[in-house]
Amino acid sequence: MSILEARDLRRSFTSTSGMLRRHRKETEAVKGVTFDIERGEVFGLLGPNGAGKTTTIKMLITLLLPTSGSASILGYDVVDDAREVRRRIGYVFGGDRGLYERLSALDNLRYFAELYAVPAREQKARIGELLELVGLSGREGERVEGFSRGMRQRLHIARGLLHDPDLLFLDEPSLGIDPVGARELRQTIASLRTQGKTILLTTHYMFEADELCDRIAVIRQGELVAEGTPAQLKQRVTAGSVLEIDTFGGVQDRLERVLAVPHVRSATVDVRAQAETLVVALDSGSDVTAAVLAALDGIPLGRVVAREPTLEDAYVELVSS
Amino acid sequence: MTGLRSAVRVLVMGWWLQLKIVAVNAFDGVLNIVYPLFFATTALLMYRQSGSPQALVYAALGAAVMGTWSAMATSASGALQSQRWQGTLELLVSSPTRMALAILPITAALATVALYSLVATLVWGRVVFGIEVPIVSPLAFGAALLVTLASLATFGFLLSVTVVRYRTGWALGNLLEYPGWLLCGFLVPMDLFPTWVQWIARALPPTWGMDAIRAAASGASPWRDIAVCGALGLGYAVLGTYLSERLLDSARRHGTLALT
Repeated sequence: MSILEARDLRRSFTSTSGMLRRHRKETEAVKGVTFDIERGEVFGLLGPNGAGKTTTIKMLITLLLPTSGSASILGYDVVDDAREVRRRIGYVFGGDRGLYERLSALDNLRYFAELYAVPAREQKARIGELLELVGLSGREGERVEGFSRGMRQRLHIARGLLHDPDLLFLDEPSLGIDPVGARELRQTIASLRTQGKTILLTTHYMFEADELCDRIAVIRQGELVAEGTPAQLKQRVTAGSVLEIDTFGGVQDRLERVLAVPHVRSATVDVRAQAETLVVALDSGSDVTAAVLAALDGIPLGRVVAREPTLEDAYVELVSS
Repeated sequence: MTGLRSAVRVLVMGWWLQLKIVAVNAFDGVLNIVYPLFFATTALLMYRQSGSPQALVYAALGAAVMGTWSAMATSASGALQSQRWQGTLELLVSSPTRMALAILPITAALATVALYSLVATLVWGRVVFGIEVPIVSPLAFGAALLVTLASLATFGFLLSVTVVRYRTGWALGNLLEYPGWLLCGFLVPMDLFPTWVQWIARALPPTWGMDAIRAAASGASPWRDIAVCGALGLGYAVLGTYLSERLLDSARRHGTLALT
């Protein structure tokens, strides 16, 4: 049995506007999502902002009721058996919020240990183990308001693991963390993986998903558009190759011309400090570099590189197609 | 038995840590004392004009409890809103503990802080205005204070659960602050109000608590008032517990738990 089964999950939100004449608007944030997560698996849910990742997670962790569809965790329905589900899951989200700033790290953990009914005789040892795991041993007596964002995020993970959940939800845990903090966080997640923890991870960082996830689902505008291992997703574009061209102004106006070149599957612009990098996905076996360059005629060009596709290419192609 | 022990632990630990959160902020702490003193001073200055020592004692006791009402009405609903802002409301809700057990310690901690303001107001009246409040039955007086504060905590709990469902529910507490001063008979005898107002007032635990405190101070029997105050407080706790689950379901349906 899968640890998590989501079947045709849907969620709509109604918003109103106007002072005297109220206008109601219905937005379908998640449009029939179906997937399974197996025990011991790290499952990545990727998608751009507003794609429905967090809404999907909030339905699974019982904070939102689905408009329709169903989901169960270890056989417990997320609507009908919410309390049983909550006992078996941990939830960690990214950013600064979600901790009692004026309390110490230890007090935060003690409080949530009580809320998750961790037996009193086990609390001390459990908290000690988790502080060790997330690298906060020795800092537990300090107030959280003095913690860096990376330290808070690691404390969040310790909080989410207090009751030894069967399934841990990590919703963009590396959000806003500096590269060193993000690396430490990835190490923590990797060590959880080696311990056999089942994790649902959402992230914007492809290298993070590539490094940590066993399987990935890509969500776009509330719908799953692809699912598979990182290698399988890459294969969707490895049937071709990728051309990267650094340009210096005006490339957006030429996108139509580039897309019209035969064997060009997609073209996106990645804006960097001074240059705009045009990333062109090409069909397998095609050599249309000259034709693409011709389509860019008149634009100052820099580096031109042909390379193997990455997971990020697969992601960009999936969410922008 | 394990469930009961676990519930008691959540309540005690929650109360202690929430009290820590409020107590470590010097700014909040000063406000909790200065704010009630400001209104107490206004009331005592007015009552001093009557020239009656009994009237001043009446006002001193009323002003003391008035501060606890203000602290609870405005702070209880605001406390849950703060939890929403700091992202902990979703975490409280997503834990397996019943919502009521997670929220009640928050308002209990606020009621404990309100005790500070009550004592500070009585000391202020004694030191600045020279009002000596005679307490004929100290034991009954203490019991009346504690039951009044406990019932205020459950009333605050009922107010605060609305915030779980409605993002602007915190305004309800502000709305009730000044009407509560009149309705609960802190400064004006209830006999002056129409009967229908008295019926509303009698549904509020602090009205009975105020009567009990005055009775205990004067030597009359406060026990009937204490019992009614306690029963009403318990009733609000039961109603709040029921509503907390219903409003939580509604919040999950409407997606109002998060900040946005």
